[in-house]
Amino acid sequence: MKQHEFEALHQELWRQIDSALENPARADNTALLAEHYLSLCRQLAIAKERMYDAALVERLNNRSLGLYRELYRYRAETRLNFYAFLRRDFPLAIFRHRFFILIALVAMILPGLVAGTWTYFDDEAIYSVLDGSQVRHMERIYDPEARKIGREREADTDLFMFGFYIKNNISVAFRCFAGGLLLGIGTLLVLFFNGMFMGSIAGHLTRLDFVDTFYPFVIGHGAFELTAIVFSGAAGLRLGYAIINPGHSSRLDSLRQAGREVVPMLYGIVVMLTIAAFLEAFWSSSSSLPIAFKYSVGAILWILVLLYSFSGRRHESR
Amino acid sequence: MLDTAYRVEIPGGIHLEAQVVGPIPRIFAFTIDLVIRGIILAALSIASIPLGLDGVGGGFFLILLFVIEWLYPVLFELLARGQTPGKKLLGIAVVNDDLSPVTLGSSLVRNLLRTVDFLPFFYLAGVVTMLSNRHFQRLGDLAAGTLVISIAKSAQAASLEDVPPLAPVTQLSRSEQTAIVEFLQRSAHLSQPRQQELATILEGITHQAGEDGVERLRRHGAWYLGMR
Repeated sequence: MKQHEFEALHQELWRQIDSALENPARADNTALLAEHYLSLCRQLAIAKERMYDAALVERLNNRSLGLYRELYRYRAETRLNFYAFLRRDFPLAIFRHRFFILIALVAMILPGLVAGTWTYFDDEAIYSVLDGSQVRHMERIYDPEARKIGREREADTDLFMFGFYIKNNISVAFRCFAGGLLLGIGTLLVLFFNGMFMGSIAGHLTRLDFVDTFYPFVIGHGAFELTAIVFSGAAGLRLGYAIINPGHSSRLDSLRQAGREVVPMLYGIVVMLTIAAFLEAFWSSSSSLPIAFKYSVGAILWILVLLYSFSGRRHESR
Repeated sequence: MLDTAYRVEIPGGIHLEAQVVGPIPRIFAFTIDLVIRGIILAALSIASIPLGLDGVGGGFFLILLFVIEWLYPVLFELLARGQTPGKKLLGIAVVNDDLSPVTLGSSLVRNLLRTVDFLPFFYLAGVVTMLSNRHFQRLGDLAAGTLVISIAKSAQAASLEDVPPLAPVTQLSRSEQTAIVEFLQRSAHLSQPRQQELATILEGITHQAGEDGVERLRRHGAWYLGMR
């Protein structure tokens, strides 16, 4: 068949496809699109085989690409099953990242313990980590006289603080993850500095005997926040490790594989930090609740988070 | 050779081809998006003043600031077929490396890793990476397995009604026939002297040179197309 005849034969179908692609919203008939797509693939193969001219092949190619992108959008739109994610996918991802979690944990806790011990025993030490105004800020917001704990201005509402924690904490976690692409070094730095700041502040406030405001404040949301930061570190280290030690595949394939595997960790981190921000804004800051009660709830939250984090092994197929 | 064609075998048993897009259009698209983000932020900050900046309004503003900073590209790539408004204006789109629409996971990974592409300043790492691999992928694209392709519309076929077909005297191979058909299709985009120059090379087939050679070649093209 000559090209002219071929074009005349399929003209009508192509016109239909083009108008469907121009108004994708109206082209909701997936079965018809799929049928068109198959015919188009066949025509493209024929046009190439018969060496019809390049412009025709290009038009057929672009039409097929358009339909392909339209058809496979349905896969892209597949709803996340949130329940299955929380029940299985996230714990399983945590289990598979266990070695990276261990490294991230050490990278954060070790500098924290060292800095904390130092600031606890040495009154001047805190000034090597934070400057004077930051220290005064910390001392002010955990002052046992404050009505709302953990806030600069008591007028700041819980909702404002919720937004503040969402923006701040999730950004830190995202940066901690992204730093992994720099062979894991960026991630390790974020973990190291966060550990050091938190440790030295805890040590200093303990020295000042602000124990009854600081610890009841941090224990509740800390269960989610600290764990999530360690998880984001683990996801970052997973990327870095994929580049450093690609095993049998190329560095690029290894990185792509890691890029796929960390996705459930990223979803989970966002969920955990949203819970943490909620707790920190609406629960932790309250100074009217009895301290023993806040400690108990905090302890329960820690136990729940830890139990959850260790629940992934049974989903691993053997 | 610099070849921007990206070929992939897709379900349907055929090879599809797309043109990957280099740094320049992507920087334009990013700049347009930056302006749009700025406008949205300005509008939102004004809208949240009546709600109280240290109360509901402030909290609301900070959450939206977070969403616009980190998730603006993710939302558009998912909901608008791989196109942020900037990409739509430039006629480019993000796709997975099998040319299928980008998924939530890959979009999230490529956009969170933007932070590293930005280092040490103004996307230097991203641009250097883009220029050092075949498909113009920045670091985030490499990790997420995504690329940016052009989805510009293909040119319409030229109208050939006024060319009376004429059978050539010489027997030609398939690829030679295709070359003559393509000469006909593209002649609208070629200057007269260039057409004559090309047609003169084929004097052995058309037995005409210059202006008449061009006419002959076009008529042979129409004949090979199957016009009667």
